[in-house]
Amino acid sequence: MLKLDCCVIENGNFTLSADIQIKVGTRVAIIGPSGAGKSTLLETIAGFRDLKQGQIFWNGRQISNLHPGKRPMAMLFQDGNLFPHLTADENVALGLRPNGRLTKEEQTQVRSALDRVALHGMGERKPSELSGGQQSRVALARVLVQRRELLILDEPFAALGPALKAEMLDLVADLVAETKTTLLMVSHDPQDARRIANQTVLVADETVFAPTQTEELLENPPPSLRAYLG
Amino acid sequence: MKHLLIAAGLLSATSAIAADKPQLTVYTYDSFVSDWGPGPQVKEAFEATCDCELNLVGVEDGAALLSRIRLEGENSDADVVLGLDTNLITAARETGLFAPNSVSADFALPIEWTDDTFTPYDWGYFAFVHKADATAPANFRELADSDTKIIIQDPRSSTPGLGLLMWVKAAYGDDAPEIWAGLSDNIVTVTKGWSEAYGLFLEGESDMVLSYTTSPAYHLIAEDDGSKAASAFDEGNYLQVEVAAKLAATDQAELADQFLQFMVSDAFQQIIPTTNWMYPAVTPAEGLPKGFDTLTVPAKSLLFSPDEAAAVRDQALAEWQNALSQ
Amino acid sequence: MAERAQPVSQWPGIGAAALVAALILGTLAAVAARAETSGGFTSADWAALRFTLTQATMSAFFSVALAIPVARALARRRFRGRRALIALLGAPFILPVIVAILGLLQVFGRSGWISDIMGVFGLPPIRIYGLHGVVLAHVFFNLPLATRLVLQAWQEIPAERFRLAAQLGCNGMAMFRLIEMPMLKRTLPGVLAVIFAICLTSFAVALTLGGGPRATTIELAIYQAFTYDFDLGRAALLSALQLALTAATALVALKFSRGDGFGTGLDRALRRWDGGLPAIDTFWILAAAVFLMLPLASVVISGIAGFFDMPAIVFRAALISVLVAAASTAVLLLLALPMATAAASGRYGFVELSGILGLAASPLVIGTGLFILIRPIANPTTLALPVTALVNAAMALPFALRILVPAAQDITARHGRLALSLDMGKWTFFTRVLLPRMRPQIGFAAGLGAALSMGDLGVIALFADPQIATLPLQIYRLMGAYQMQAAAGGALLLLLLSMGAFWLLDRGGRWHAEA
Repeated sequence: MLKLDCCVIENGNFTLSADIQIKVGTRVAIIGPSGAGKSTLLETIAGFRDLKQGQIFWNGRQISNLHPGKRPMAMLFQDGNLFPHLTADENVALGLRPNGRLTKEEQTQVRSALDRVALHGMGERKPSELSGGQQSRVALARVLVQRRELLILDEPFAALGPALKAEMLDLVADLVAETKTTLLMVSHDPQDARRIANQTVLVADETVFAPTQTEELLENPPPSLRAYLG
Repeated sequence: MKHLLIAAGLLSATSAIAADKPQLTVYTYDSFVSDWGPGPQVKEAFEATCDCELNLVGVEDGAALLSRIRLEGENSDADVVLGLDTNLITAARETGLFAPNSVSADFALPIEWTDDTFTPYDWGYFAFVHKADATAPANFRELADSDTKIIIQDPRSSTPGLGLLMWVKAAYGDDAPEIWAGLSDNIVTVTKGWSEAYGLFLEGESDMVLSYTTSPAYHLIAEDDGSKAASAFDEGNYLQVEVAAKLAATDQAELADQFLQFMVSDAFQQIIPTTNWMYPAVTPAEGLPKGFDTLTVPAKSLLFSPDEAAAVRDQALAEWQNALSQ
Repeated sequence: MAERAQPVSQWPGIGAAALVAALILGTLAAVAARAETSGGFTSADWAALRFTLTQATMSAFFSVALAIPVARALARRRFRGRRALIALLGAPFILPVIVAILGLLQVFGRSGWISDIMGVFGLPPIRIYGLHGVVLAHVFFNLPLATRLVLQAWQEIPAERFRLAAQLGCNGMAMFRLIEMPMLKRTLPGVLAVIFAICLTSFAVALTLGGGPRATTIELAIYQAFTYDFDLGRAALLSALQLALTAATALVALKFSRGDGFGTGLDRALRRWDGGLPAIDTFWILAAAVFLMLPLASVVISGIAGFFDMPAIVFRAALISVLVAAASTAVLLLLALPMATAAASGRYGFVELSGILGLAASPLVIGTGLFILIRPIANPTTLALPVTALVNAAMALPFALRILVPAAQDITARHGRLALSLDMGKWTFFTRVLLPRMRPQIGFAAGLGAALSMGDLGVIALFADPQIATLPLQIYRLMGAYQMQAAAGGALLLLLLSMGAFWLLDRGGRWHAEA
């Protein structure tokens, strides 16, 4: 279980308070008005921002003082998810061994991860030689080999077309289901939330609200969400 | 890597052999030790007689040489310093680092030499060098009144530059500022050292350049080119006398004396004219090389004694700076 | 703010910076400690300070002001021989001072090419000697450096930004305001500071082109204090003044050059869509090329006659220079890469400051200080080459940092989070991300360092061993021995070697890495 215990996050002149729990294996969409602090929340969970107050726990273990790379989570950012000078193979390999050479066995893992995201035979290509969708797939293949218990998506597919984005979300849904990974994803689009997330967290009015069933929330949105959904 | 180790081994082996012989270290100015200077021949000639090893260490120029000796003080590695001139002798003497020697020679200097610590090895006249076919002014006043363009060196960074400062002061005394003021529109520029000035002159930047009366000898003897001449001024030309001295703290006193005596012998002196392009302090038995007879010989020579030079130096520099900074 | 996790380690860089600071301040202290007199400033020193500041300010201003249109033209235009031109433009910067002076005056002097042409029309020769001559010479030396630094900043703007602006229909002026202005605001203060600092220590160039003692700089006053007056106290004091001026300039520059990077870009080849008037760009490129090439051409022309007639000793000196340059470049990178990395992870001020000190340090003071420090332990002459390599590296460090730091900052900003989230180690980030991403900059910095070391007389003259002379020293010796023609040949050889080293390393860095 991911637990944000009386957390207060400060970002410039606004603060965000969060006191929520998310069960293992759930797929959670984070929605809310632009500028409400969705990305700030994810960055804090992932360790790129310090908490002002409170603590973060994962399955009872306090993780809020851990280095980002030591936290049990993988994260995909809005952009810059691949190193442009490394091939797809090498980018994926970083998920297994960020600091060393792969064993034969691990190389096989890399290849099968690329196969799994339908990039068979494209391991030698560099990101600039891949389409946007293919770049996202490489990043997902890396997430796959990372085998972290929590996956955090900060709108990595925002630049993709609707069909492609839906395809990616379905792929993410499949992958997290296969690996029993907990998913946290920021979304602007309620349809995305419906498509993939069984629970939704609303971030609004400097507060992170407790997760509720996605359908329920979207059917009966609170005022702040209603203003956002229009 | 292996080759480097072998090379290093060989180097240390050769220096080990050399270490068996007594070593004499002579500090001098850089152009003396260069392949075109007297250094290589002097080393060979002296080592043939002394059963020792002569280490010539080059330091930029005479002034830097004295600074180096002062910096090293009594712990200096040098046994002998070769390359000071009369402008530096008083400052050198005041350090107390130099010891008298008993060298005797029949000096062929235009002046009498009696110093028992600083022994001359060559000398020359400062002069303005120009194209042989151009008419040169006869003195500083005529130069100042003419359109003739000259390049000189900065007395603060160059030996000839300081020589010119002394020249004007020796010739004109209290009128020196007036002479400098008159020259200021003739001076194209002032360079850091001799090489820049001479190079610019050869490129045609000026009609004349401050150098030595012996400069045309180089062009004549080494390049078979008689197109350069030096002019004698009727006030007289200032002399440069280059000297060497033994360090008081040397652990090779005898060898140092031997070197200084060698320095005024024919073996050394005959090397000087065509390598250092100066007059030898003692005329060798076979006389001066062919070509030196064509050189301009000023009718009158000027030279401050070392003490006079030291006394007027700072004032002369201030006058020069004031006159040329207008 | 709490210390955030960084993908790279700062400590090696801070260590390197401390080492450089220790070298420069330690040698200064060594000189001061040996002073017998307490030496204060004279009125002549104040005059020297005034002149130094005036000429350095003007030189920096004109170098940078002219570099902007030239760099912009080079960034916008693609033409055959562009790379060769850029490499050649760098040549003045690496010429030994005496060679550059002779080359410049061959063109701009009283009897130079331009005066000759004017003479044909009955015009008087141009008057080059004076403050304007000093500035002209310094622009000749530094315009190429300024152009390269600005051009590099231009090329570091991701192609995507230009695409976006082009898509928005920005014309040349709008694109300038939108993309290029912010880049210039960030880049120029540093470039100005570097050139200001270089010109601060000018000596022979300022004196010769300045036409006399009114063009006395602080560096000349230091030289005078050392050799003419043997007043080590005053030499140390003047050197400290020079360092303080540079440090102050650097601090001001740092204050103004803070700013965000340009965000992420994919490695697309840089293409521009703001056509503008090709004639204007062509004008700037041609004007710069002619201005910089003519004196070089004169060096080449004077050198050819002597080139095939040089004594073997010159080639020996050339070999030594190449070895020193190689060692110096290695030391340079060992210092500069960790320092750039540390600067990228937030230790910007200290690192840059200690780096820029190398520019302001008087070679005479460093050399003498090292001499004083080394002498009790070892024979300085035997250490002549390592010391020269070290000092040359320290002197080239500021340039290397100007080149490396912005790149390191951008790369760390772009990829740092991803590396952290992957739990990538600091060493791995350094070797697998930073180094490969910075390859063009590393090549450029190494090329510049090698070329500078090759052309620099450096401290070797203070430590010289007659057997071991570098090429610049050998050229001076040739000139001192009236062998002007052989010296000119040597200068040409030096020019070729420096350019060759620069081209090789710069090219190596850019191999398979356009833009």
